[in-house]
Amino acid sequence: MILMGQLLEHYVLLASVIFAIGAVGFLVRSNILVQLMSIELMLNAVNLALVAYNRVHVDNMGGQMFAFFIIAVAAAEVAVGLAIVLSFFRLRGTVLSDEADTLKH
Amino acid sequence: MTVGGVFFLACSLLCLVGAVATVIARNPVRSAMGLLATIVGIAGLFLLLSAQFLAAIQLIVYAGAVVVLFVFVIMLLGADSSPAREDRARGAKIVSGVLLAIMAVGSIFALAPRTDQVTRFAPVTADHGSVEAVGKMLFTTGVVPFEIATALLVVAGVGAIAVARDRQGAMKPKKVLKDPRDLFVGPLMPRDDTGRPKEMTP
Repeated sequence: MILMGQLLEHYVLLASVIFAIGAVGFLVRSNILVQLMSIELMLNAVNLALVAYNRVHVDNMGGQMFAFFIIAVAAAEVAVGLAIVLSFFRLRGTVLSDEADTLKH
Repeated sequence: MTVGGVFFLACSLLCLVGAVATVIARNPVRSAMGLLATIVGIAGLFLLLSAQFLAAIQLIVYAGAVVVLFVFVIMLLGADSSPAREDRARGAKIVSGVLLAIMAVGSIFALAPRTDQVTRFAPVTADHGSVEAVGKMLFTTGVVPFEIATALLVVAGVGAIAVARDRQGAMKPKKVLKDPRDLFVGPLMPRDDTGRPKEMTP
């Protein structure tokens, strides 16, 4: 308890729990907007783990650089994903991913 | 407990509460606010991990752009676009609940710090994670992925516009030009009672 926040395990534990919450949110919710937010949760958890590991291997900052690229890719993903949500809402009038079954018919 | 420990606990709590709120909130705006709480908490943890540059980027890009974009889209679609009840298959909920239990319990058992075997952080120099140090690495070791990331962002922006554009609006016929005679008013252009120009008789 005295070393709270000074051990790698604390951060990786927190990251894995946030990742699990994000994964469950993606599976349980059928609102596409919430599913996209759950993806963001998972990406953030991975970023946290990368930066925490970088704090152990401090000879270079590869982990922080990788987290930077993940943030850039996540921003691009959100832009395109929300554009697809808008387009889908125009097509079907809902944001439930269960309704995205046009290819089935 | 040190000040850093208290800060760590506060940020972790903010992250966890925000993550749970994101997933369970019925109103998507509340989900977005939960995501915002998680993002701010992770930015605080980045500060604790001496990644100042990433903490700033996290706040600017995620809290400043991504969450705002989410809120914009939620407002654009309207509150009634998200039904209060989501009829989701019961099997999916059970499977994902089991998945969550496995992941949480497994990670706690695998990672819970034992007193005999823990991974301590290495001492760092003052410029670890500063804008200067990360920027130097970005433009030397990582210059190729950096340039590819810029191309990706441009393509994503153009693609988002192309996908989200209203097709009907794009195909609307152009406004018909008015009869040029309508533009002139005066003694040389006499009009009848309805305002139409009178036919000129030579």
